[in-house]
Amino acid sequence: MSGEAPARVLAPFGRRAARVLERRVYGAYVVLRCADPDGPRPRAGQFYMLAASAWGGGDGERPFLPRAFSVLRSSTGHEREFLIEDVGPGTHRLCELSPGEDLLLVGPLGLGFTTPADGRRPLLVGGGVGIAPLAIWQDELGGATALLGFRDAPRAEGARLLADAQVATDDGSVGHRGLVTDLLREQLDRDDHASVYACGPPAMLESVRALCRERETPAQLALESGMACGFGACFGCVVPTREGYIRLCVDGPVVEASRLDSALVAGAGH
Amino acid sequence: MTTRATPPHVPTELCGIRLAHPIINASGTFDAIAARRVFGEALIEQFPFAAFVSKTVTLTPREGNPPPRLWEIAGGLINSIGLPNKGLRRYLAEDLPELASLPVPLIVNVMGFTGEEVAELVSAFSEREEVAALELNVSCPNVETGLVMGADPGEVTALLRRVRPLTEKPLIVKLTPNATDVVAVARAAQDAGADAVSLINTIRGMALDPKSGRPWLGGTTGGLSGPAVRAVALAQVYAVAHGVNIPIVAMGGVQRGRDALDLILAGATVVAVGTESFREPAAGARISRELATLAAKSGLSRAGSSLNC
Repeated sequence: MSGEAPARVLAPFGRRAARVLERRVYGAYVVLRCADPDGPRPRAGQFYMLAASAWGGGDGERPFLPRAFSVLRSSTGHEREFLIEDVGPGTHRLCELSPGEDLLLVGPLGLGFTTPADGRRPLLVGGGVGIAPLAIWQDELGGATALLGFRDAPRAEGARLLADAQVATDDGSVGHRGLVTDLLREQLDRDDHASVYACGPPAMLESVRALCRERETPAQLALESGMACGFGACFGCVVPTREGYIRLCVDGPVVEASRLDSALVAGAGH
Repeated sequence: MTTRATPPHVPTELCGIRLAHPIINASGTFDAIAARRVFGEALIEQFPFAAFVSKTVTLTPREGNPPPRLWEIAGGLINSIGLPNKGLRRYLAEDLPELASLPVPLIVNVMGFTGEEVAELVSAFSEREEVAALELNVSCPNVETGLVMGADPGEVTALLRRVRPLTEKPLIVKLTPNATDVVAVARAAQDAGADAVSLINTIRGMALDPKSGRPWLGGTTGGLSGPAVRAVALAQVYAVAHGVNIPIVAMGGVQRGRDALDLILAGATVVAVGTESFREPAAGARISRELATLAAKSGLSRAGSSLNC
């Protein structure tokens, strides 16, 4: 790592309320912008544990635990944006929030991205709702090539959250028909003096990891794992690395790909 | 809710250890060292518990169970963590000095797979003045042998006879709810020299992967915690309080001051917060404030102190 700012910004101790200021819809996704006047500005790749009042009472009488979300954008020091897809009782409740209601949040948490070494050009590779940390990272880098993969056209609306993104969709409805790793391979063929930053579903991350390993290209992967607390208390979010299990919440979520034999995290993507 | 600059805490004593208030953490639900990396010195300045209970320490390092380790249910959580820890040697060298700098007494939780292992752990911590008390984990449902020791009064008697002479520090026996007769196990612990008992540990539970129909957790089964177990905890604490005279550290689904008060009314001296800290890191501080407010209304401080040893 270079002599840059640490990848972790400390969180205020405890959970705080953050008023929702705006709710925007991008196809299948919801963006919540909230006021967080008592929190510090996060590093790109850090995350927050989010809940709402009236938590519980959804499908299966859930949710019970807060949910982890990478920060999408923090363009002013006192506002945060989060990208949410309604895939279960927790995200469903969060997607229902309207301006004026409160998000309950803990954060910023975890370790974020670090800047490329040796003048390598950053390549951002995202899949689905996993594009979130790449938006704030693109802001911080002052621009970077973004390659984004989505299942279909409603989800590809999310590409509007990054500047000048090249898009791939599974069904070919927008951009390249196929996988985002096809776009990454083209980029590396053109110029492999690059540093890859990726976040997305486990299968995509594993393809990125394998490709970057083959090309000897450094990659930082923002992983996902089921998480109860977000601050190292529950030991539930471990992923296997070459040095043994690490807790993704305190020793991730951004992990150097070279530390992993696989990015297929057990239980992720549920 | 009223806000006060200085919360009206109810000071408490547990086996001679003075506590600023009756709320501590349940073992394995708060890693003060990791939390300090995340929250910095604010954690120390606003430390939410009146004592800190460590995660279980074993003689040799343990990696823990394969993931997935968590499953959310209605009002609770099933975990299959498997007691990952650095082992005694590295714990003494690396973690104990840092935990000793916390502003509250330290209770170290230990588990061994044989009486000899527990004896070695108890002896090692007995020599360390940073340690205020020891909690014996005989109840973890994720490790096969843990279940056997805590489920059988004879096993507990034999274990206490082996380790009681090795330390003058208070010994707290953590009871498992996965036993046929918890009161009999508590009595066995008391009769063999335990200074206190703590309960409940998690209740064995299971979840199936909705896609595959196979066990979801890497450890197949896990331990259920959270408000879903609160009524079980209350019943077991109440029963044990009627069966022993030693103090009780009570836990199980505590989310509010009201829940802590219930456990104290059922016979507990100290109440531990576990799963709620996952949802709200400073929950312990909030619960102790809520409890103090309720206690002031109900004259509880007398009821609580009457059960101290």
